Amino acid sequence: MGVLTNRAKTLEQKPMTFWESLYLPAIFKGMAITFGHMFRKKPTINYPEQKRPFSPVFRGLHVLNRDAEGRENCTACGLCAVACPAEAITMEAAERQVGEEHLYREEKYAAKYEINMLRCIFCGLCEEACPKDAIYLSETFAPSDFTRKGFVYGKENLLIPHPVNEKEKYEMARGQREQQLKNK
Amino acid sequence: MIDVWFGLEKLLLIGAIISFSLVVAMYTTFAERKIAGFMQDRRGPNRAGPFGLLQPLADGLKLFFKEEIIPLTSNKSLFVVGPALAMLTAMLTSAVIPWGNQIEIAGRTVSLQVADVNIGILYVFGVVSLGVYGIMIGGWSSNNKFSLLAAVRGASQIISYELAMGLSLISLLLMTGSLSLKTIVEQQMQGGWGGLLGWNILYQPFAFLIFLICVFAECNRTPFDLPEAENELNFGYHQEYSSMKLGLYLFSEYVNMFISSAVVSTLFFGGYDIPFVNEVELANSIGVNMVALLGFLTFFAKIAFFLFVFIWVRWTIPRFRYDQLMDLGWKKLIPLALANLLITAVVILALNK
Repeated sequence: MGVLTNRAKTLEQKPMTFWESLYLPAIFKGMAITFGHMFRKKPTINYPEQKRPFSPVFRGLHVLNRDAEGRENCTACGLCAVACPAEAITMEAAERQVGEEHLYREEKYAAKYEINMLRCIFCGLCEEACPKDAIYLSETFAPSDFTRKGFVYGKENLLIPHPVNEKEKYEMARGQREQQLKNK
Repeated sequence: MIDVWFGLEKLLLIGAIISFSLVVAMYTTFAERKIAGFMQDRRGPNRAGPFGLLQPLADGLKLFFKEEIIPLTSNKSLFVVGPALAMLTAMLTSAVIPWGNQIEIAGRTVSLQVADVNIGILYVFGVVSLGVYGIMIGGWSSNNKFSLLAAVRGASQIISYELAMGLSLISLLLMTGSLSLKTIVEQQMQGGWGGLLGWNILYQPFAFLIFLICVFAECNRTPFDLPEAENELNFGYHQEYSSMKLGLYLFSEYVNMFISSAVVSTLFFGGYDIPFVNEVELANSIGVNMVALLGFLTFFAKIAFFLFVFIWVRWTIPRFRYDQLMDLGWKKLIPLALANLLITAVVILALNK
């Protein structure tokens, strides 16, 4: 049979020489190699204690955003749900009542907003579809859970902490976000 | 009255040796996994306790709590006897190994050897041959083709390698002139440099090499772990076993490793002899008991080294093919051992003239 590529090597299978048929030299060589490997630096990352740094454009868990006064940005327009290729987002809209102006920025808001994290593919299309900067993908990913139900995240899991009342938590949740927006 | 104390002393010693070998075997499983990890650039188990030190306990507990299954078509009594026999034969050998020199408690001299029989090595061989039954009975009573195949393989492998093992030892026995392990150790302690020059490895390197290879085969360790070849025999003779019965089989392998390491250290590496130290002079300055303790620690260090070699080889070399295994045993090791025997005999004869 002809040679198909110029990288092909013909393998010569000679009978073993006496030195090779002793096996022992080859075995000692192999043992030296494995012994050397014992002292190599291990590439393992001890996960819960150590964490691998993510890239600045990492797309993790979703966050429902508030404005500077702590009002929810989302108007339940449904564009994110439409954009979602995995159909992971469901929502129910409600009308803002008088006296709720400090809670919701516009007259319509999402009474229920759920993302199924098992369906989500973390593509970030919801973030791109949102006209109100109400949803964005953060740097963390969903922690493990024992039930499927636990992966359906509601508003209580998604909403960012109040920027005035819970300033520290808010800062933590924002993380490197401002810096990343600037870099974009 | 003396007999009661003698019996008590021996009972204590037996209990101590058995629990000690079990603990060592337990931590050998841990060392196995840890070293395997290191050699593959991993960390090995490190979650249970500090550095994963409680891992063997967790493994043992897991095995105890597993469901015990006895297959319907198996021979039920033999199915239970198999693992028990494997463990029993693994432990029996420890009786003739001298674990240290004698100690003195309340004016009595206590030997750190359960039985100093004058046919020590023959006893070791006898018990090791019985080890085949553990595998054979386990594989046969499972009533499973894979198990039976594995058992037949294991039995023929152990029997074949016992020949080369025995022949390699005969050349050693020609030198020592005694079958008692205690005497062999004491002879090695007479050498220069505090005993180091008396070690049999210096006089019988070939016998040592053949013996070591055969020990690997007897313990069913890689590269000779054909009886449990996972990829062709589905785990071999203990395929049908579950729970602690499986645990006993796996565990007896490690106890076997421990005892074999002890035998190799005794025969070729001076046993409890401390290199560069004259034990008799040391005993005059720090007492007999301290010397016995130091001797035991030295012995244990030698054993630990051989345990490491067992593990080291396992994670380096792939398994032999079955015909290669038989070739090596019958066509290479036995002629080599015979040649070694002949040369040893000629040299001893020439030196004595």
